[in-house]
Amino acid sequence: MFPKGTKRKFSDSGDEPAAGGEDVNQPSSVAVRMLSSYSLQRQSLLDMSLIKLQLCHMLVEPNLCRSVLIANTVRQIQEEMTQDGTWQIMTQALSAANAAAQCSADRLVATEVLCRQTEATQGEQVLKPFPAVGSEGCPAEEEVVVEEEGEGGVTMSTVSPQAPTSYLPGTFGMDPCWEEENGEDEEEDEDSEECGSGSEEGDSDRLVEDSRTAEQVFGTFEIKNPAPSPDPALEELFSDVDASYYDLDTVLTGMQSAPKMGPYDLLESLSSHGPSPLSSSTSCRSDLNELDHIMEIIVGS
Amino acid sequence: MLKYTFKGVGGGNDFQWCFSQVKGAIDEDVAEADIISTVEFNYSGELLATGDKGGRVVIFQREQESKNRPHSRGEYNVYSTFQSHEPEFDYLKSLEIEEKINKIRWLPQQNAAHSLLSTNDKTIKLWKISQRDKRAEGYNLKDEDGRLRDPFRITSLRVPVLLPMDRMVEASPRRIFANAHTYHINSISVNSDHETYLSADDLRVNLWHLEITDRSFNIVDIKPANMEELTEVITAAECHPHQCNVFVYSSSKGTIRLCDMRAAALCDRQSKFFEEPEDPSSRSFFSEIISSISDVKFSHSGRYMMTRDYLSVKVWDLNMENRPVETYQVHEYLRSKLCSLYENDCIFDKFECCWNGADSAIMTGSYNNFFRMFDRNTRRDITLEASRENSKPRAILKARKVSTGGKRKKDEISVDSLDFNKKILHTAWHPKENVIAVAATNNLYIFQDKIN
Repeated sequence: MFPKGTKRKFSDSGDEPAAGGEDVNQPSSVAVRMLSSYSLQRQSLLDMSLIKLQLCHMLVEPNLCRSVLIANTVRQIQEEMTQDGTWQIMTQALSAANAAAQCSADRLVATEVLCRQTEATQGEQVLKPFPAVGSEGCPAEEEVVVEEEGEGGVTMSTVSPQAPTSYLPGTFGMDPCWEEENGEDEEEDEDSEECGSGSEEGDSDRLVEDSRTAEQVFGTFEIKNPAPSPDPALEELFSDVDASYYDLDTVLTGMQSAPKMGPYDLLESLSSHGPSPLSSSTSCRSDLNELDHIMEIIVGS
Repeated sequence: MLKYTFKGVGGGNDFQWCFSQVKGAIDEDVAEADIISTVEFNYSGELLATGDKGGRVVIFQREQESKNRPHSRGEYNVYSTFQSHEPEFDYLKSLEIEEKINKIRWLPQQNAAHSLLSTNDKTIKLWKISQRDKRAEGYNLKDEDGRLRDPFRITSLRVPVLLPMDRMVEASPRRIFANAHTYHINSISVNSDHETYLSADDLRVNLWHLEITDRSFNIVDIKPANMEELTEVITAAECHPHQCNVFVYSSSKGTIRLCDMRAAALCDRQSKFFEEPEDPSSRSFFSEIISSISDVKFSHSGRYMMTRDYLSVKVWDLNMENRPVETYQVHEYLRSKLCSLYENDCIFDKFECCWNGADSAIMTGSYNNFFRMFDRNTRRDITLEASRENSKPRAILKARKVSTGGKRKKDEISVDSLDFNKKILHTAWHPKENVIAVAATNNLYIFQDKIN
């Protein structure tokens, strides 16, 4: 339980002796520092919140109010962790673990949680997106923790090579969506179980893994300014639809005519690393053109 | 006849609540579609409408008081049942649109028929409910079976007579207000001009004319240009009961904005801004979530409004923006359990609240099928339970108590024993009498005051 209004004293973390005089950047000293009760509770709350946000875009229709409140809670925690210096420690540990780009610790978590399919389709330069899935296929933490290049990122909404923010390549696109998107009912059960079990992992493993998960989600959170779509078909599509009822700058999962993927399909495809992500993105483009045509008819332009 | 001599909320005074009726299946296994999602009395209290997750609307009508049983008030019996909304599929977003009825609001009665607005996440429908209990017989131009008579055969004229028939109640959709909301509709509210109504979703509020379905005016839009910057959503909205140019909307950050439609076409800038300053001593990571307002209701007088957040109900004077005039704790014992409630998502439950006809009492729901009533004058409060165990006809409801300390008295229930799956989110109070309707999952309980 969170004690009412009590603030963790900064000295708490300083009291924990670094085990065996190891390098402060090593994960184990991170583990030690974070062992203070309040930090643990706060971390647990953060993990819980991130899981909830992941769950969000697996439901058929995520509740926007709930998503906003959870995202605000995550931001609040991140702000506090930044102030306490814990955030820096965590990100340093991560950057030590991951030789690639560093995550800027000063940047606050944005609440951007849109699924931008357009970026996804060109985001394949950085990641292989999984357009057919939209943002539905967000498998549970355990299955997703991979940092290899080319992992099918689910709807890397805001990823682009020009993105000014730092972004870990291969970060799995944990992209909580504000807008409705594809959801798999089967995933619900799976992930609701996950929710509870997330806190049961061993401490040290959990801390590192959760940090990485947090990194994965925050990575997506931090992208603020998505690069404009170079795809003329998509741009045209957007310009048409601006005046329409639906905000197409939100979820475009409906654009994919590929059959809806079940959660297990997604995992299979991910593990196969194969050409499937690529091929579905090429089929995506032809679908986009088709949809473009349909939209023109609807909008009457 | 106004009967709300509300001497006390309960306990020690003449006034007590009794069980009257319960509607719905007794089965332990609750079908999801049967879960009641909204309850609303009409303006006279004669009709009581419920909507459920399956998209159905059930309307109950109060029977006339019987001369044979003068001590029993009129009972509510089913008047009409119809499927208001069906599940839909949004092809553009590849998403299902739930058929769950989020809100029902009655229109003022203008003729023999009754009309109501019902809405799901995306579409509002105006339903007309009309009844026929007479039919005409003895037409000149047609036979009894409806065939036209040969005009040359008609040798005499007669006046058709009206004969009673079995009452037939028919519900027909008269208007469908669609395609105006990108986000999920959380509120509808009929304006006092009886011509317009507003509908609110997470980010926008639209104004409609009841006769016009292909157009609506957007009067509030809080969608940021960059969705990344979204930190606040609209949670509820309501028209002022008397001033047709005034409405309010509440937010997930615990604020209420009162807007005047005469000021501007787009009411993004509020006329009044109601917010209670946060108590720094009780700040936690959950402060914002529990401050999110789940319901806002004007008093019948129009002088006050009431808001419901997770732990409390607040009464605001429209003339005072910086703090509420009254605050009632609904279940303060949950404050130490917020982390668990966050984990199991209960912290996001949206409880509604309602006024009694005289604005002297307010009611709202809680967990374990408990609901709470507060008397604004005596400052008394009472906790009652809607359960099958207390369902003997005219049985007086016993006050319930949740024990917060270590020692649990007899008949008290400890916080850890509360059933958080039994939540009372929707309640309604008869506009004129002390009759209340309480929705407990798939059952509708009707309670009324004891006849002395």
